[in-house]
Amino acid sequence: MKLITHNMLTSKGIKNVKEGFPLKIQADEVKNVDIDFDREFISRMIPKLDWNALTFAAQCVGHQEDLPDTLPEGYENDDDLLKKLHHILLEVEVINGCLECPETQRKFPISNGIPNMLLNEDEV
Amino acid sequence: MAHKNQANKYYGVDEARKYTQNTRVIEVQEKCTERALELLALPDDTCALLLDIGCGSGLSGETITEQGHMWVGMDISPAMLGTALEREVDGDIMLADIGQGVPFRAGMFDGAISISAVQWLCYADTSNHKPAKRLYKLFMTLFASLSRGSRAVFQFYPENDSQVELIVSQAMRAGFTGGLVVDYPNSSKAKKIYLVLMTGGGGPLPSGLQGDGGNNNQALYQRRERMKQIRSGRQPKRAWIMQKKERRRKQGKEVRLDSKYSGRKRSDKF
Repeated sequence: MKLITHNMLTSKGIKNVKEGFPLKIQADEVKNVDIDFDREFISRMIPKLDWNALTFAAQCVGHQEDLPDTLPEGYENDDDLLKKLHHILLEVEVINGCLECPETQRKFPISNGIPNMLLNEDEV
Repeated sequence: MAHKNQANKYYGVDEARKYTQNTRVIEVQEKCTERALELLALPDDTCALLLDIGCGSGLSGETITEQGHMWVGMDISPAMLGTALEREVDGDIMLADIGQGVPFRAGMFDGAISISAVQWLCYADTSNHKPAKRLYKLFMTLFASLSRGSRAVFQFYPENDSQVELIVSQAMRAGFTGGLVVDYPNSSKAKKIYLVLMTGGGGPLPSGLQGDGGNNNQALYQRRERMKQIRSGRQPKRAWIMQKKERRRKQGKEVRLDSKYSGRKRSDKF
């Protein structure tokens, strides 16, 4: 699971959950991959990102030193920042571990890089 | 029929592999995905973030990647997702039941496609399942997770008219506009149905393709003229694709052979 997906993923499918975001990450195994840098894509993604959730996730996977606490002004021209974002969003993958709903503490296991978001009948 | 998780049961490990290696299946999925992407009317030369609903073994996802977009996929079958892993697809995939909704933050995706998947929701898996309710949950949450002005395209195989009615009505209930586009309506072999859903604004529904679905130069489909100019800093599509393939070869990954068709505009196919 990439961190770009984590920045979008919620546990809202569980009944009575209000936001279900961000999910806590317990990363038992993390892998780095190589993805082509697309400057425009990263620039367009930035306004959509939840920055706090991103820094939180980066911390969970041990990459907290890469990102500033808040999004700086003029980020579109900061190539260094864009490349760091590209790396953290697309090139860091959680292979094994689990995600946890912040409201119900319900755990979603991740194995082989695939989070299991299936809900039980009584949860929907 | 009251089987548990019909799609899941159908696609066990061997079935998943056999399905994915069948050349006719590959060809049909590729064509359907390309057509669905066309119907999404994404801006030219931009990498979009797309959701692949019922992504299975990643056949459709590979076509999305080839067209230069990022994607996130959901499927209910562990076996199909396992096959996607074996094929090292570029998209980020997750195990999920689309009838339980699409669990993402609001406005995240630039578009969504679904190839040959949504008809599975028409079957009740257990006595608790109400197909209409699950379809509505899917469409309602999908609507929220799409950015304003973007589209979702569902290619599907309905068993009968009441399934079409069920699917379309729940989509409209969820707030989408749009409707059905039928390609090659008179060919039993080539006929394909696409539900094109828009999130406000939208514009007119594209026409379905006419003819027999063969190599058809008389296709009535009208396509926006592709910009020939290259936007600053952006390479022409073919050069970008060749570079990416070279990179993947260096990484020891499986790459399709280069040919005169690599990076070719595909509009004429339809």
